[in-house]
Amino acid sequence: MTDGPQALVIEAPLVKPKVGREDWVMRAGLAVIGVYLLVAVVFPLYTILSKSFQDSRGLFVGLDNYAEYFATPALFYSINNSLTISVVSMVITVGLAFGYAYGLTRSCMPGKGVFKAIALIPILAPSLLPAISLRYLFGAQGMIKGLLMGETIYGPIGIVIGEVFWTFPHALLIIFTALSLSDARLYEAAEALGASKLRTFFTVTLPGAKYGLISACFVVFTLVITDFGVPKVIGGGYNVLAVDIYKQVVGQQNFQMGAVVGLVLLAPALLAFVADRMIQGKQVALLSARAVPYEPRPDRRFDLAMLAFCGTVAFIIIGILGVAQFAALVKFWPYNLSLALDSYQFDLMDGGSWGAFWNSLKLAAWTAVIGTAVIFTGAYLVEKSKGFERGRGLIQLMCMIPLAVPGIVLGLAYIFFFNAVGNPLGFIYHTLIILVLCTVTHFYTVSHLTAVTALKQMDAEFEAVSSSLKVPFYRTFIRVTVPVCMPAILDISIYLFVNAMTTVSAVIFLYSADTQLASVAVLNMDDAGDTAPAAAMGMMIVYTSATVRLLHFLLTRGIARRTQAWRKR
Amino acid sequence: MRTNLLKRLTAALAMGVFALGVGGGVAVAKTDLLVYTSIEADELAKFKNAFEKDYPDINIKWVRDSTGIMGAKLLAEKDNPRADIVWGMAATVLLQLIPYDYFQAYAPKGVEKLNPLYVDPKNNPPLWVGQRAYVAAVCYNTIEGKKNNLPIPKSWKDLTKPVYKGHVIMPNPGSSGTAYLDVSSWIQMWGEEDAFKFMDALHKNISRYTHSGSKPCKLAAAGEIPIGVSFAYRVVKSKAAGAPLVLITPEEGLGWEVEAMAIVRNTKNLAAARALADWTISRKSMELHAPGYAAVALPGIPNPVKDFPDVGGKMIKNDFAWAGANKARIVKKWTARYDAKSEPRKK
Repeated sequence: MTDGPQALVIEAPLVKPKVGREDWVMRAGLAVIGVYLLVAVVFPLYTILSKSFQDSRGLFVGLDNYAEYFATPALFYSINNSLTISVVSMVITVGLAFGYAYGLTRSCMPGKGVFKAIALIPILAPSLLPAISLRYLFGAQGMIKGLLMGETIYGPIGIVIGEVFWTFPHALLIIFTALSLSDARLYEAAEALGASKLRTFFTVTLPGAKYGLISACFVVFTLVITDFGVPKVIGGGYNVLAVDIYKQVVGQQNFQMGAVVGLVLLAPALLAFVADRMIQGKQVALLSARAVPYEPRPDRRFDLAMLAFCGTVAFIIIGILGVAQFAALVKFWPYNLSLALDSYQFDLMDGGSWGAFWNSLKLAAWTAVIGTAVIFTGAYLVEKSKGFERGRGLIQLMCMIPLAVPGIVLGLAYIFFFNAVGNPLGFIYHTLIILVLCTVTHFYTVSHLTAVTALKQMDAEFEAVSSSLKVPFYRTFIRVTVPVCMPAILDISIYLFVNAMTTVSAVIFLYSADTQLASVAVLNMDDAGDTAPAAAMGMMIVYTSATVRLLHFLLTRGIARRTQAWRKR
Repeated sequence: MRTNLLKRLTAALAMGVFALGVGGGVAVAKTDLLVYTSIEADELAKFKNAFEKDYPDINIKWVRDSTGIMGAKLLAEKDNPRADIVWGMAATVLLQLIPYDYFQAYAPKGVEKLNPLYVDPKNNPPLWVGQRAYVAAVCYNTIEGKKNNLPIPKSWKDLTKPVYKGHVIMPNPGSSGTAYLDVSSWIQMWGEEDAFKFMDALHKNISRYTHSGSKPCKLAAAGEIPIGVSFAYRVVKSKAAGAPLVLITPEEGLGWEVEAMAIVRNTKNLAAARALADWTISRKSMELHAPGYAAVALPGIPNPVKDFPDVGGKMIKNDFAWAGANKARIVKKWTARYDAKSEPRKK
């Protein structure tokens, strides 16, 4: 970048093609996406993060807040704890997810479809459900608390279990994709050269999945370090940065300090982002157009071992949710274990009703539809447009920021920005629109990464050919790109849908009288001491998302048959 | 294709403008009153139904969340407040918002009949008017207490006895207003030095600090811990649901908080907001306020819950202005002493 101007001087007359009408349309599209991201991400975040340089009256105080914050000993415990938890959770999650994905892609074990479906269940559950389950399993009255050998669940152990459960599907999705894209010819070559299985694993399998593994590490690390839901309910006195924000903002209404911690929290996430980009730059496309998909061959002992491994993981996932379902039915844990359906009378319960449930469905549907359209189009323009390098780089960076922003910070940022006097967009405040906008932003990054991955698989020649045939790019986009990327588009939409069903941390500041949400109701019911109804509403969310997921699967299959036939040899 | 799209867009825009116009015209029929509150959610319907029966042309729209979340939301909206009235909110939160010129003064009908402790002492007409008070309390789980051979504590000081080591949970004042209520009441009763000595001793017995103020009693109800330091209202409900709980009101004295209301400065529904304020301190409404709470603003209304202890005499002389002004300092001191090192302890 530093040698930019010089390079431009040399390159300009040589390379720069005439900017045609097409390019102007694309650039206009890029500008629209850029403005969207400014409004949805950058401006709101600026309104809150700038408070870290102000006192409570809004006067500029420079770095005073930082000085005060870095002078507190608590900070170092929090940083240390946050890093420990994030690294440990990352290692365990990515390890488990790799083993699981390996079983799904490289063995001939039975029931792969079922195993894949089970592995994605945790993403459907509001984070309170595993917390309730962990309490029922390992708490003072826990069913199997002996397994902890005297250690308490309320601390790092509980946080790690909760985070691994929650992040496992994210890691699995990425690693599964990485392992499925492998070239059988490499394995044939290794075999022909007499390489042992172990050697093949280290020289072919791992390098091939390297990028996926690193991405998974990055995503899990960032998810864990910015999450406050799990540590807040199960973490006991184990302080982490995300909970520090909660304490400052919700406990003490000190937005200035909350903003300081928010910025501190951006640092590790940005570092991870930079590292990720550097490695990505070195990654060469491993899958050329001539690659032959790898197909595993039966190997009884290996298949059985993988079946045992995946079976254990699946059993634990189902078990944790099973306990949550039990919690929804039991009358008064642990003193009255008779079962009843009382908990499902949500209209009589605190903090929630069936109305909240329908609102959540609406939010999820809109988030899925609008989010997918915006994110995929944005990714397409960033990925496939020509020239305008710096602008595209900036947009790319803006797409990565949301992952590193804790929900509390995002929610407050939306209040500050959209409720500001004179903001022409002020009318969306307290409506479903702002909830949709906020939720799309909250889950922007992972969706964007998925879209980019899918687009990268597409040969750039499509655009080249269509433009030489004088077909406008938007027609190519609708006729070729969208159908080819349909699986990824459907994946993004379901990802947005299920996350919108369970999200709490940002929307809790933004819902209003007519837009109460089921996920918030779950939290409030538990807060009011009604654990059973909270679990019941939580499980309703799980079943809804699972149903939508199933419909989605059937739909995908239909669409896949029509749009993906070209992938077959 | 393009003209088609343009046509559709124009049509959609026209529809939107039309809808806005119509919406503006019809809205006068019934007044929607946007009420921000932190009262327990299971009471919302009770108050709404009773009020709307008396004022059929007003429609209450609640936005309810915990005190911390609502406090943060109110403060974040301070430049452009959205609520018509803040109702059933901890007085400390309202006091925090007053410097931002958040509220407008109003003396609801009958305010002179209220216990003066519940009415804004600094402004006349008052900026805020209290509705009822809730007190700090200790919950004791009889089954778990018996299992661990724990005597029922009678005072705050009892809780520092070695026998309770690892058997007590209280909220973290950095996260919970209820916890700060406890800490500030101890300081107001005993002076700062002795109060921190007490907390040093108490800290040794604490199993862990929670982030939610009502959690300790809920954990006690679920048998997670024998003793929880929290407030009284939830205990009544948990007991009804079958929890083996005893409600203890320590003999030295109890910290307490007022749930209060205040009309927002820029409300467009002033008449409706005032109507709710008037109605709230009526005798009928005060009777609805009473169950499970220590006391209500209008004198002479007893708590109908049977075995609810009489706490009136134990409520300390609570100086809200002092508590608010010193919160940041005290929480910081508390955090440095007990939170920075609160690694989970092993039993």
